[in-house]
Amino acid sequence: MLDKEHLLEILYLLVKIRRVEERLVDLFSQGKIPGFIHVSIGQEAVSAGVCSCLGAEDFIFTTHRGHGQALAKGIDLKRFMAEIYGRKDGFCKGKGGSMHIASREAGVAGSNGIVGAGLPISLGAAFSSIYRGEKNVTVCFFGDGASNQGAFHESLNLAAMWDLPIVFCCENNGWAQFSPQKVYMKLDNISRRADSYGMAGVTVDGNDVLKVREEAEKAVERARRGEGPTLLECKTHRWLGHYVGDAQKYRPPTEIQEVKQFDPIIRYENFLLESGHIGREYLDSLEARVNSEIEEAIGFAERSPVVGAEELFCDVYA
Amino acid sequence: MKEIRYVRAITEALDEEMARDRDVFVVGEDVGRAGGAFSATKGLLETYGEMRVRDTPISETAIIGLAVGAAAQGLRPVAEIMFSDFLAVCMDQIVNQMAKTRYMFGGMYKMPVVVRTPCGGGLNAGPQHSQCIESWFAHVPGLKVVMPATPYDVKGLLKSSIRDDNPVLFIENKALYAIKGQIPEEEYFVPIGKADVKRTGNDVTVVATSRMVYQALEAASALAAEGIDAEVIDLRTISPLDKETIFESLEKTSRLVIAHEAVKLFGIGAEIAAMVCEEMIDHLDAPIVRVGAPFVPVPFNLEDAYLPKADDVVRAVKRVVEF
Repeated sequence: MLDKEHLLEILYLLVKIRRVEERLVDLFSQGKIPGFIHVSIGQEAVSAGVCSCLGAEDFIFTTHRGHGQALAKGIDLKRFMAEIYGRKDGFCKGKGGSMHIASREAGVAGSNGIVGAGLPISLGAAFSSIYRGEKNVTVCFFGDGASNQGAFHESLNLAAMWDLPIVFCCENNGWAQFSPQKVYMKLDNISRRADSYGMAGVTVDGNDVLKVREEAEKAVERARRGEGPTLLECKTHRWLGHYVGDAQKYRPPTEIQEVKQFDPIIRYENFLLESGHIGREYLDSLEARVNSEIEEAIGFAERSPVVGAEELFCDVYA
Repeated sequence: MKEIRYVRAITEALDEEMARDRDVFVVGEDVGRAGGAFSATKGLLETYGEMRVRDTPISETAIIGLAVGAAAQGLRPVAEIMFSDFLAVCMDQIVNQMAKTRYMFGGMYKMPVVVRTPCGGGLNAGPQHSQCIESWFAHVPGLKVVMPATPYDVKGLLKSSIRDDNPVLFIENKALYAIKGQIPEEEYFVPIGKADVKRTGNDVTVVATSRMVYQALEAASALAAEGIDAEVIDLRTISPLDKETIFESLEKTSRLVIAHEAVKLFGIGAEIAAMVCEEMIDHLDAPIVRVGAPFVPVPFNLEDAYLPKADDVVRAVKRVVEF
């Protein structure tokens, strides 16, 4: 069992991810954020559970729905927010936006807007670790939809062949854009695909953060020991649409309501309350702390300079 | 100086760079045990071992992705794609990932990847193993596209490409692998982005790439016998394009022919012609004429009819000179 400090750290991550994304939905709806954003509300236990067993030196690769993954890995919230605003102090000077947030310091090595494209790149990060004899591990996040891309197959096969230190974390929220899993896949459990590459595969309740953490830890340690990759499938639910503003006309309204009963945060809070680790007042103070961090980050982003046209030609080439 | 084959000049460049820099590694299908489909990586596995000479499954997307991820972490991968036609299999990793990583992450990463790949016909390899598709990649900001024609240039440019901090698509020509040429015994480099005047002349400028450099030189010899003095520029690098060398030559000749093996429509020749029209049309004494392949796939059995030749260059030059 994790000690109290770690248990509370996980709670902090869960609440922070949820509240940040709720604020992003508001800000987007107010027209303060350009482009389009994808949020992971309802799926926070996957990011928090997996990243809570990684160190800063470990790499993660995130997706178009990657806010939670980056935040759980410890990315700086202020520069994260500035990037989403497209401002100069963003991690990518605003050139990437919501789908392309990365940070070398936090080990958020890459982030991708192309479904499944992060998997082949994660091979290279993991390879650089074994090439240099380093012990860091790479976690590549992707969704259920990505597991139907050819890049998934090529990557898992090569990673298994080379015993690369990777955890392929499939955040299965049941929806590939506008289609439910049953219409594009015969399988229920995507982790079964691991067997065809000769690697370990496991499916876990992705709404139970401690279960996610437990299985992720096993997979990470296996990778760190040089025993190769794991396909870790975390089954969860996407509460909102594919993108913010998606009316989800393709989805029965009852289902949208039903999935909220699996709220990973309420579930975890109840566990901590019932087991006596925290009281109600702790939750209130945590909310206040997270809220103030978010307001500070929004202030930072809104004060950050708008990027001038002179930046257009920067960084095309080194 | 010493004589060396084009393919061995590649091997020498790889060997020298791998010996110098431990971060350089070679990755691709059959590059190790087999020494490469065209033997370009022959002997490297024995010298540098399995960590630095990596045989992969037949998975082009994984190969390029691996190179992108490793380069972001500071390694310097040289990936081999067995035929340039197979670049189509891994377009996402090349165009959306490798080319954009630096820009999209605001300069966070360097992307020192070299993708070596042979193009071109002449081996009866059929429609999926013979194309010249350099223009696809020259159209993508973030990539450099290099296309050397001689043993000297292929070695010097490969060394420069490996030391470049940007992704370089290094397009070799399989019909040239066996040709011989002179190179220095000592180390040398050929800069990326610099064309080379392979023959000086006063009457017409012929800009050529890869195998067509030889066709252009052959044409120039034939034309000389008829009193036409052609200047032949070997582009060597497609992107960034060496506008200065082309313009300088045109100041002198005022006539331009562009010759490439790729299909003529929408090719590099169109870009050069447009650029010249935009910026120095007043200098031109004749229309610009392009020589390229017809707008058809490369047929297995009709390669001879398909491939542009020295005679085509001769005809093109006569058109502009006699205008």
